[in-house]
Amino acid sequence: MLSLDELKINQRAIIKNIECDKTVKIRLLDMGFQNGEEIVHVLNSPSKLIKAYLIKNTLIAIRNSDVKNILVEVIDDENSFNRKS
Amino acid sequence: MRIALIGNPNVGKSTLFNSLTGLRQHTGNWTGKTVGVAVGYYNDLEIYDLPGTYSLIPHSEEEKVTSEFVLHKDYDIAVVVCDALCLERNLNLVLQTMEVTDNVIMCVNLMDEAKRKGIEIDLDKLSNLLGIQVIGMSAIKNDGISELIKSINNINSNPQKIVYDDIIEESINTVRLTSNSRFEAISLIMQNKSDDAKVVRSYLIDKGIDFNEKILNKKMEICKSISKEVVHNTKHYSQSKWDKILTNKLTGIPIMVFMLISILYISIIGANYPSKLLFKFFNWLGVIIESGLHFLHIPSVIINPLIYGVYRVTTWVVAVMLPPMAIFFPLFTLLEDLGVLPRIAFNLDGYFSKSNACGKQALTMCMGFGCNAVGVTGTRIIDSPREKLIAILTNSFVPCNGRFPSLLSVLTMFFISRSIIFKSLINALLLGLIIVLGVFMTLLVSKILSNTILKGESSMFILELPPYRKPQIKKIIIRSLLDRTIFVLGRALIIAAPMGLIIYLLTNINISGVSLLSHLSNILNPVGKFIGLDGVILTAFLLGIAANEIVVPIMLMIYISNSYLIDITNLDYMKQVLLSNNWSIVTAICFLVFVLFHFPCSTTLLTIKKETGSIKWTVVSAFLPLFIGFILCFIIYHISLLF
Repeated sequence: MLSLDELKINQRAIIKNIECDKTVKIRLLDMGFQNGEEIVHVLNSPSKLIKAYLIKNTLIAIRNSDVKNILVEVIDDENSFNRKS
Repeated sequence: MRIALIGNPNVGKSTLFNSLTGLRQHTGNWTGKTVGVAVGYYNDLEIYDLPGTYSLIPHSEEEKVTSEFVLHKDYDIAVVVCDALCLERNLNLVLQTMEVTDNVIMCVNLMDEAKRKGIEIDLDKLSNLLGIQVIGMSAIKNDGISELIKSINNINSNPQKIVYDDIIEESINTVRLTSNSRFEAISLIMQNKSDDAKVVRSYLIDKGIDFNEKILNKKMEICKSISKEVVHNTKHYSQSKWDKILTNKLTGIPIMVFMLISILYISIIGANYPSKLLFKFFNWLGVIIESGLHFLHIPSVIINPLIYGVYRVTTWVVAVMLPPMAIFFPLFTLLEDLGVLPRIAFNLDGYFSKSNACGKQALTMCMGFGCNAVGVTGTRIIDSPREKLIAILTNSFVPCNGRFPSLLSVLTMFFISRSIIFKSLINALLLGLIIVLGVFMTLLVSKILSNTILKGESSMFILELPPYRKPQIKKIIIRSLLDRTIFVLGRALIIAAPMGLIIYLLTNINISGVSLLSHLSNILNPVGKFIGLDGVILTAFLLGIAANEIVVPIMLMIYISNSYLIDITNLDYMKQVLLSNNWSIVTAICFLVFVLFHFPCSTTLLTIKKETGSIKWTVVSAFLPLFIGFILCFIIYHISLLF
């Protein structure tokens, strides 16, 4: 298992565990971050300190420092996210 | 009947609002986004457009406005606008609203866009599952609006109640007795807010039950299962190629800088002609009013302060302030409509996070180029109070529209020789340099503030990057132009008018043969000389607190001993006046620095007072840039003395 910010670009994963305090967790859930949800790392920012992910069909940007406690499991790479379709 | 429009950000809620109300609307506080509550009318319907929110449990002040409005139940029907492209996430807000009130209607907007992307939604089934009316809609094309009106007039809903585990239900019912709705009870327990809620919460914790987890998971489960039943997705999400370019390490930031400079350039150049027209018009009108007053045999003692003080300064401010704003803000809103603004925040967040601030501060900073008061109001989009305060305190470090003319005229006079080619290009580059200094200072001071008086780690930052959408020109014009116009005119009347009178009195009341204004500038002269400026310049800044636009005119008025503001457009003449008053290139540099760093104008200060609710922070926001300006000018001046 990796923390979310360790995903490579276009890598797909499933969220396994979210460990953070109550208010942050409510926020994350509001934005679609929940266990079992599929997530793809889609964009890097110029500083690479914040990255954008596709989750529930929306593009969400979140800082690396905020996703250290979100653990994900990579889905097999062969099937990786196809951007052209 | 009162209708509340609720929805996640970027779902086209404001488009629906505009389609319904057209010009019959007004906004409390507007800053590009729907901040504050806009009210509009459609026949006998009173429609409230609430700020976009992901949840009724708020995280920013903007969201708090919506949450409080919804929970207070001061409306008859809640219309929840959803995005057909990500229905599952949007459903959460619908479920929450259904726990507040029974009268809920759901609008699924962007149906046409969804169809194009191969997403089909079974609206009838959705309506059955939720027990409320569901309307498919493409607000941009006015599709589905008449259906919505019909539903509002024949509201018929029986929302499905979410049933949680027994012990959770018991807890909710205990708190429900003292709260306004089922949702309020849930929200109180989740946030541990009322006395009842605290008792219930600690009881649950003793039993090892995580209330929040249970509530959130139940709702998410329902969202997921409903979405599974009603949404049929045949294609995958496709990423815009623009994202690759706009967020690219090499091209992203330069493109954004270029866009900002273009907007500023268009605002400044484009404003020249309308400004001149307004000047002409106001002069013409002034002559008529003056002769009219004389005709009524009103004594000159009253006419002169009114015409040469109040009228002249007020119309001056309107003439120079209105056109650039009327150009800048629609263009800025255009970028927002296109979906570019969140990408700017995304690109810059990393750099701002190093200063323990957040990427949204980059946006309020950009708004500050238009008007610092607007930038300050815009800080409401920042979630953390600490970061919001930093954004407020540093907002005036970037020059607003009112300061660009002063910067440009002094740059042109002192740094660009007449013969040079690419004159306007070099001018733009120098101006760019000044802007860079402002941005650099914003970051530096943010960093210093977060390490000293506003200590703290940067809080969580999460931002949706919505799909790029075709902008709606009509909406942009209605929202930005009308609201800006009213804002500027209001500001001119409230602050410039009394200031006009004060300036007139200062110039026309003489003590021992010298005007009060000259006395004032003589007193300030030693202070000014100490930092490479002079007393007249400081006096001009002091009186220019009404509006930065009048700093240079006041300065010239004092230099040439005139008793009222006159419009000097001839830069050669202006330069002569300055040179004969001992301006050197060092004075010009210090002046430029001082334009960038002095106290914010009175409108901005009033806005800061309103936003922070604290006199202390308002005072800090005035003295912080002033202090920096003093130090920088002092250093520049004293280094120059060495040579």
